[in-house]
Amino acid sequence: MYNSTTEEQLDNQRRTQQVLKRFGKKRANLIPILQAVQGELGYLPREAMLEVAGFLSIPDIDVYGVVTFYNQFRLNPPGKHSIRVCLGTACHMKGGYITLDAWKRRLCIEPGETTPDREFDLDTVACVGCCTMAPVTVVDEKPQGSVEPTKVDGILLAFEFEREKEAKGSE
Amino acid sequence: MTAAERQTVASAFEQIKEHANSEWTALWDSGKPVITVGAATCGRAAGALEVLQAFRDEVKKHGVDCPVIEVGCMGHCYSEPDVTIFKPGYPPICYGNANPVIAERLVKEFVLGDDPCLEFVLAATEPNDLVPSFADFPRSQYEKKVVLKNCGQIDPEQIEHYIANGGYAALAKALQAQPEDIVDELKRSGLRGRGGAGFPTGKKWENCRNATGRPKHVICNADEGDPGAFMDRAILESDPHAVLEGMIIAAYAVGARHGHIYVRAEYPLAVERARIAIRQAQKLNLLGKNILGSDFSFDVRLFQASGAFVCGEESALLESLEGKAGLPYHRPPFPATHGLDGKPTVVNNVKTLASIRHIIENGAEWFAGIGTEGSTGTAVFALAGKVVNTGLAEVPMGTTLRQVIFDVGSGIPDGKRFKAVQIGGPSGGCLPESALDLPIDFDSLTEAGAMMGSGGMIVLDEDDCMVEIARYFLEFTQRESCGKCTFCRLGTRQMLEVLSGFTKGEGSIEDLDMLMDLAQDIKGGSLCALGRTAPNPVLTTLRHFRDEYEAHILEGRCPALMCIDLITFYIIPDKCERSCDACIGTCTVEAISPNKKRIKVIDQDKCVKCGTCLVACPPQYDAVIKVSPPSEVPRAEKETAET
Repeated sequence: MYNSTTEEQLDNQRRTQQVLKRFGKKRANLIPILQAVQGELGYLPREAMLEVAGFLSIPDIDVYGVVTFYNQFRLNPPGKHSIRVCLGTACHMKGGYITLDAWKRRLCIEPGETTPDREFDLDTVACVGCCTMAPVTVVDEKPQGSVEPTKVDGILLAFEFEREKEAKGSE
Repeated sequence: MTAAERQTVASAFEQIKEHANSEWTALWDSGKPVITVGAATCGRAAGALEVLQAFRDEVKKHGVDCPVIEVGCMGHCYSEPDVTIFKPGYPPICYGNANPVIAERLVKEFVLGDDPCLEFVLAATEPNDLVPSFADFPRSQYEKKVVLKNCGQIDPEQIEHYIANGGYAALAKALQAQPEDIVDELKRSGLRGRGGAGFPTGKKWENCRNATGRPKHVICNADEGDPGAFMDRAILESDPHAVLEGMIIAAYAVGARHGHIYVRAEYPLAVERARIAIRQAQKLNLLGKNILGSDFSFDVRLFQASGAFVCGEESALLESLEGKAGLPYHRPPFPATHGLDGKPTVVNNVKTLASIRHIIENGAEWFAGIGTEGSTGTAVFALAGKVVNTGLAEVPMGTTLRQVIFDVGSGIPDGKRFKAVQIGGPSGGCLPESALDLPIDFDSLTEAGAMMGSGGMIVLDEDDCMVEIARYFLEFTQRESCGKCTFCRLGTRQMLEVLSGFTKGEGSIEDLDMLMDLAQDIKGGSLCALGRTAPNPVLTTLRHFRDEYEAHILEGRCPALMCIDLITFYIIPDKCERSCDACIGTCTVEAISPNKKRIKVIDQDKCVKCGTCLVACPPQYDAVIKVSPPSEVPRAEKETAET
């Protein structure tokens, strides 16, 4: 689990409190609250979970239990770009595991982790329902079809060009 | 209900209907050409949004008065993005695999000119003398669209489109009848739950109706977690109001006050479309207080599921709605009597709910007339994997697997041989060629060791390893097991370890017996369907493809050349062309280099077995092959390096 700095912690706490204003203090709201907090912060740091537990007056462990039970919630801060590799049946049979290998190799991280420069985060997803375009990788919310190892390189190259362009533009 | 109340409902709906009809006719009968672009998630993955934008830009550039409409999924996912152009004087023509360049040409040459660009045509949507239509495809003989009727035909974000196509008429009709009669109609229709288990829907509603607790709930289960299934996503994205209407009718029949759509957060577009649908229905008083002026009130909220497969099971789903981790609990009592917050709750699948309006509109007898005696109506399948026409198919129950795969799906691509069909997701099984003539219904598939499931159908060909697919599903259920029952938690793990060993060439023949034992124990010792069906993929593959298991264990050989640890890539020196560098250029890990004679050689220590070189090697040389077991290769490789 990622440890945030004191400054980040205070900021996360403040933003979590902002989000909590939109909700009633009902246990049934726990999952929608966590989704909203993650929507705001990009992940669920320890301080945010403590804040939520206090708000709903439930034990801290109940919040942590729910967060770790569901695949949607993440404990690490996201990267600038999110890479989610579909491992549904159709994608698996058409080589999704090979695609995942290629991403792991190129980004040098495991699923669930973020690159040290916070540029990319890598994760797997059970199925995004685009089975006919297998193997699928969802890049920044956009499902891309037929992502084989060479296309992985292509996608990364496109991001690199973009970065170079931005760097030139800011000069 | 008094006659006066009935009159109020009828006239309230009449007004809504009139408005919708006038909008619909204004769109189609104006003499203007109309372009529709299929942009559900599957279409978007293929670039439908770019095509949509290209059409809009092009139409604007030329100043043509031609509405460009975004519609849902027609089910022909193999040819996405699909575009249909309705031009007066021509039949409506559907174009497949569209891209911005094709969009530009279609506007210039067909919308502005009079060349329908036959080179891009997929088919016309109705029979005519100019181009072949979908009705001429062999699949049309077997397909019967009921639930999918509107999908790809209407703009899912326009409630008027839905109403003009007969939408909410069933609700108005239902509100004028007694709730008991609706339940009775459902019972006579023989509709069985489409989530997979096939429990009679009418019976479920009756139990809930007779239960005493208040307030009651209706839940739409759109937690489509089966990897390889996307019917519910497509329906929610393409025709969300049909699901909503089903929920409202269900609520009226059982006397529920609150509705919940439990939909996967991994389906952002479905979430968005359902949200819009709820808002629109509220605006027209089809949801909310005193619906259509009756004394029936019902509201619906959206709940985003957080991605846990087990939450598709209804008791886990209810726990999750209450803000807890989704652990299933023992039933009975069933949710119909003790559900959300302990109150009577109907939990129905998306396809079940989408069928309701058709039953109310056309009558129970009409519905019971489709399909077989024990399983009435139609079945919606998501065809994927090694099949030519991937996409959605809706066929009457009782259609055979062969008809679905070979006639609707047009068989296996690239001239490969059919090996098996995986049906029912992680709870289902793999059926071999000998089972292809089975009629598809709830009972026959269960007998064959698979199950109907929610409708995912993955076709496997000769290149797919059955041990690997069994391992894949076990890995999935093992990961998704909530951990409550010991047999499911530890048993699936044990099975997975044994199977993973097989895919690496480890293990012994006796392990097969242990797998069978474990499978029986897990089936017997688990509380919910996840555990009780988890061993099915292993049991069916072991029953039908035992020889593949034996090859892995005894010879360390993967007959389908799929298991990474049991194969090696090899370039045949005699076939390799000296002047060609295709494989070197594409290798993602720089494992290929030429030897002194410029014959390409793979450095096995560097190779990650991604298969890119095999695709890259030009077909006229076809020099790259897979070899199993890998021990066959080093010798050959060494010889090549020396010469």
